[in-house]
Amino acid sequence: MEPINWHSVFFLVFALLACGFAVAVLLTSNIVRMAFYLVLSLAATSGLFFLAGADFVGAMQVMIYVGGTLVLLIFGVMLTAQGPFISMKTSAGEWTLGIMVGGLLLAVLLQAATSIDAWQPQAVIEGDARPTATRLGMGLLGARVDKLDEVDPVQRGGMSGYLLPFEIVSVHLLVVLVGSAYLARPKKRAQNSSWEGLK
Amino acid sequence: MNLLTDPVGITHYLIVGAILFVTGAVCMATKRNALGVLMGIELVLNGANVNFVAFGSEYLRPGVLGIGLDGQLIALFVIILAAAEAAVALAIVLNFYNNHSTVDVDRADELKG
Repeated sequence: MEPINWHSVFFLVFALLACGFAVAVLLTSNIVRMAFYLVLSLAATSGLFFLAGADFVGAMQVMIYVGGTLVLLIFGVMLTAQGPFISMKTSAGEWTLGIMVGGLLLAVLLQAATSIDAWQPQAVIEGDARPTATRLGMGLLGARVDKLDEVDPVQRGGMSGYLLPFEIVSVHLLVVLVGSAYLARPKKRAQNSSWEGLK
Repeated sequence: MNLLTDPVGITHYLIVGAILFVTGAVCMATKRNALGVLMGIELVLNGANVNFVAFGSEYLRPGVLGIGLDGQLIALFVIILAAAEAAVALAIVLNFYNNHSTVDVDRADELKG
């Protein structure tokens, strides 16, 4: 009997958690439960990132997605979850149509994923995993240290880093901050009579 | 093939990504709560991220130069843009809730001719 491959075992655990809770998000109609299942699904996905050797992306997934975006979503749920909006049922016709189209899409994607030989499992590399944070940081600053020893000059041509996208994303985040603060601003107090009673 | 003893390949990651993507897409199509639609978008982006990280991994396909570190860098950008998108969409949903006292996306039909 072959020895158990623990990488595969942990992959199986995290993959089942991620997919199972994603399906649970789809099937439940209670918005609070959906938010909770989404947290678990995204956290399990960060485990998959760690198993693929992407340690920095996995950590960012936990910190930004689970810690930031999901908390934002849960604030939205708490601000709007009142009475009839906690549980909104979808009609049977929409369910049938959605499941049918989704099933077809899933069949196409699975067929594409399993049909390429080069994507099938290969032999495992032995040795220590190298952390990626330094290489990613240098890439964001414009220096691709991972491609310096590239022999092929064609591949070396892709050595331009990600400094410009990094700057664009920085300005984009600033614009988003200003824009969402503007959108969510409180209404004018003069038209709101409920504030008069507080004075 | 035995899942417990065989090594994991890119195919496995692609299957997980496909399931997350389809779940998110169906979620976007069937949920009536605007925040449920937002959660579907998060699932779709996450499924795409799984594919990017799998193709950029140096451990799943040894000896083959894939997209390398580019996959992880793109995944980072997707995470950042998802955070920005969630902030704006949440502000819009709160505005909609303030104006219409509901979060049902089927009630947002004022532009219908």
